[in-house]
Amino acid sequence: MDGHDRSEAAVSAAGLRKDFGERTALDGIGLELPPGDSLVVLGPNGAGKTTLLRILATLLRPSGGEVVVLGCSLPGEAWKLRGRIGYLGHEPLLYRDLSGRENLRFHARLHGTSGERAEARIAELLAAAAMERRADERIAELSAGMRQRLAICRCVLHEPELLLLDEPDSNLDAEGRELARGLIGPGGGRTRVVVTHDPDRFLPEADQVLRLGIGEAAAVS
Amino acid sequence: MTPSRAAFAAILGKDLRSELRTLQSLPAMALFSITTFVIFRFGLDRTSLSGSLAAGVLWATLLFAAVLGINRLFVAEREEGGFDAIRLAPIDRSVLFAAKAAALLVYLLALELIAVPIFALFFLDSVAGLAPLALILLLADLGLAATGTLISSMAVNSRARDLLVPLVLLPLVVPLMIAATGATDPLLAVGGPGYHRFGTWLMVLGLYDLIFGLVGYAVFDFLLED
Repeated sequence: MDGHDRSEAAVSAAGLRKDFGERTALDGIGLELPPGDSLVVLGPNGAGKTTLLRILATLLRPSGGEVVVLGCSLPGEAWKLRGRIGYLGHEPLLYRDLSGRENLRFHARLHGTSGERAEARIAELLAAAAMERRADERIAELSAGMRQRLAICRCVLHEPELLLLDEPDSNLDAEGRELARGLIGPGGGRTRVVVTHDPDRFLPEADQVLRLGIGEAAAVS
Repeated sequence: MTPSRAAFAAILGKDLRSELRTLQSLPAMALFSITTFVIFRFGLDRTSLSGSLAAGVLWATLLFAAVLGINRLFVAEREEGGFDAIRLAPIDRSVLFAAKAAALLVYLLALELIAVPIFALFFLDSVAGLAPLALILLLADLGLAATGTLISSMAVNSRARDLLVPLVLLPLVVPLMIAATGATDPLLAVGGPGYHRFGTWLMVLGLYDLIFGLVGYAVFDFLLED
């Protein structure tokens, strides 16, 4: 875990606020997530779940409050954090005109891995996602569920310390959900923040739950 | 941090592979330039051009063809989440600017490999000026690639992208076009190529490339912020 011990939170926030113009998406969020734990974020549409995840992923700048992720204060130290987090958002972040394998190679190179090491890791992930037979087809030709499997492979390709998962089961069938659990499920010492509308599926594996409401204070349990 | 050279090669390789597979930009740019030459040929009712008129026809055509490619330069990043992928990776974001400018430079050079011989076929009595013209094309393409990449990255998030790129880009490339046509004019003169103020115009082109290359490198990081 690169120098992080249990006494230091993997993710902590205090008074976190995010405004989009005059609209406040997040207001006064506070949380403290130890390394290796899973946080499940619940709330109705528009409550700011995805916004929270994108702030933790360094893709959005907070409007106020303090956020520290893996020891890096955001947004100032965001550059130190990149490469240590795996982000799975609504979009798979895969280029439609490249194959799944080409996309994974591209992401591996962006994360500083290439050659035999990258190929071995890609083969391992494709096998774990049961995508070896479709890996050389263009993304545009794959179903949404298969794209999601590849997006999960992309998310964990560089062996991140922190997983930020936005509706990770979306478009997945029962087999896909089971395979995804093997790749991004709890355990392995990885910290996870999971945004979901399916509490029955994710609450059993949660160490903490953050409930966001529209116009209400956030509650951690 | 991933070494910038590796990230540059990854992004450039991805763009060129996508273009070779889909042919979304280059064929349109080439077809546009050929059609424009045909229109000039019949519109001017001339089978031969020289001097400033030849230079103007060539550069106006190449510039508007380039706008087509510039419009599409960041579309995959915008529509397929590539911006987020780049922002999540441990790379210097200026690498994206350099790789996109290099991809655009490749498109422009490929366009000119097709368009300039056709221009010569349609309008020139002599091809003696084409060899020194290659240097002007390269320097002008470098400037166009830097400015085009910068403007394209700014416009890509706008729904009016197709309008915004020409409206912002064209005024910015006026100095580049003045220098490019100024250098090209004597090369395509009647009676063979001349080199009047050729060196001066090349220096202006080089200076433009340097300024817009540095501006792009300096501000690109901020353009990627939310």
